Amino acid sequence: MKRKTSGLSKFYMGLVLFFLYMPIFVLIFYSFNESKSRSNFTGFSLKWYLQLFQNDQLLSALMNTLIIAVVSSVAATILGTMAAVGIFSLKKWARSLVMNVTYLPIINPEIVIGVSLMLLFLLFKMEFGMLTLILAHISFSVPYVILNVLPKLRQMDIHLYEAAQDLGCSPISSFFKVVVPEIMPGVLSGFMMAFTYSLDDFIISYFTSGAKTQTLPIYIYSMARKKVNPQINALSTIIFVIVLVILLLINWNDSRKEKQLKLKRREQI
Amino acid sequence: MKKLTAVLLVLCMAFGLFATGCQKENENVTVKVEDESYYSQYKDKGYEINVYNWGEYISTGADDTMDVIGEFEKLSGIKVNYTNFATNEELYAKLRTGAVSYDVIIPSDYMIGRMAKEGMLEPLNLENIPNYKFIDPQFTSKSYDPDNTYSVPYTWGTVGIIYNKTMVDEADVDTWDILWNEKYAGNILMFSNSRDAFGIALMKLGYNVNTEDEGEIKLAAEELKKQKPVIQAYVMDEIFDKMESGEAAVAPYYAGDAITMIAEAPDLAFSVPKEGTNLFIDAMCIPKGAKNKELAEVFINFMCETEVAKANIETIGYSTPQVKALEALDEDLRNNPIAYPPEDVIQNPQVFENLSDATNKLYDKLWTEILASSGH
Repeated sequence: MKRKTSGLSKFYMGLVLFFLYMPIFVLIFYSFNESKSRSNFTGFSLKWYLQLFQNDQLLSALMNTLIIAVVSSVAATILGTMAAVGIFSLKKWARSLVMNVTYLPIINPEIVIGVSLMLLFLLFKMEFGMLTLILAHISFSVPYVILNVLPKLRQMDIHLYEAAQDLGCSPISSFFKVVVPEIMPGVLSGFMMAFTYSLDDFIISYFTSGAKTQTLPIYIYSMARKKVNPQINALSTIIFVIVLVILLLINWNDSRKEKQLKLKRREQI
Repeated sequence: MKKLTAVLLVLCMAFGLFATGCQKENENVTVKVEDESYYSQYKDKGYEINVYNWGEYISTGADDTMDVIGEFEKLSGIKVNYTNFATNEELYAKLRTGAVSYDVIIPSDYMIGRMAKEGMLEPLNLENIPNYKFIDPQFTSKSYDPDNTYSVPYTWGTVGIIYNKTMVDEADVDTWDILWNEKYAGNILMFSNSRDAFGIALMKLGYNVNTEDEGEIKLAAEELKKQKPVIQAYVMDEIFDKMESGEAAVAPYYAGDAITMIAEAPDLAFSVPKEGTNLFIDAMCIPKGAKNKELAEVFINFMCETEVAKANIETIGYSTPQVKALEALDEDLRNNPIAYPPEDVIQNPQVFENLSDATNKLYDKLWTEILASSGH
């Protein structure tokens, strides 16, 4: 099965990886710089990491970002999954209509969504803050969940659901016992997308944040006049390492499962 | 997979909690203030204020400096909700939406003028800000707020030329002409914001930076077009890296930031051109409709305390208008001619004022033309 990879394609692959990861490594490299400079490396130091944990403003911005990301992505996952199940059982023309409406927020420029959400919240005289941020993040995350769950529903054998009911399950318990496990991978990837988009988002948060809460991206952007503080490099490094560890864990888990599956098959044979 | 998601969430939250847990829990007030009872009368009332400041524009407590917000909260019992903006225009837009209510904002000179004209600022009760007496009168009563009704100066600085001594002939640095000098073609940086860029061209021509004369502004635009072929890039904070690494030889920038750059790269130096310089002042104001005007004045007063002003200015790197704080500064910094230039160096300081709408539009139009021109 193994194909021999030519030197050229290896080189090409290396080049792609280089361009993808070089900026991150440069960022990590300068997080250990003794001085504030982004061009001269004057010596190794952990001082930005220490300062990071003493900076109340940065930490509270980070906390806000994490809370908003967790709450909004959980809510968006539940809403999106329910919506996907509903859309799936619609008639064809209604389904394509709803799907077009779903695509709209994804195609729309973020700034348009941001401004329109701001106007909406103003109309309802809501106080801008955590609540408006979470609502805004839910609204732009839901389409991603729907788009991740729908294909899984299509792949699912609808007869499984009917069979469960034939065997005495109520519609609700057959949904949770049969449908949910089938579409789980889609739900999870939708959740992950919602979570990352929420962490990343600047423009929509910018228009919907208030006088009491700011998210990490807004905090970083505000440093533009005085040059971004290397504490941000340190924080980015920590986040990068956490994400890397999680990815390694997931891959390790998947490969373990695959091995178990292979073993089982062998036993059956 | 489910387990892993749980692990992910736990890791995130744990990191967040760990981070918040790491904050120094120091209950004692360490800052020395003029009159402690002035602050303590507000204690235990559950008061809160919303402060909107530039990013990186206050001492945060890193590296054994003063945690200004923390000290204020401990001293007065008033909780501070602190958020940041990046530009004057962003601050203006946020206030204009009416979606949020701030108690203290820190705009720059010309933006204060604009907001005052549009009735967006609340007149201050200076009796409630006793530390106002420490503010050097040199920085008050400026054209943007002639009667000191709306603003208390926080920082100030000048714009000058930062250059690399090894790449530039020091005979050329005393004039804005250096930014047009073909000897340094490809090694010159220029401001990417129109107000600062036009300001330099106007000063070079000997005009007032606040001119509303269409002819003068158009001549300045011609100068900027002529300059384009020798410019390496139009930038803002990238100037730090490009100058420190020797990628460019000369650039205009703010004096306080020049000190930071020189500390990183000793080959750099700073000069104020003989044609004059732009003096900028950032000042604390209370926006119209602030919910806690009196508490906002207490905060402004705290920012003018000698120790607080000193800690802030040491972090920011710009110059302080608070005379006692200036005296208390490190001798090197106090006598640094870049931060505190002698009178004869800033012969002709000009402060930006708010321009009329027509002039602002003309600026926008001409600036777009300049950036789009081929430069030949």
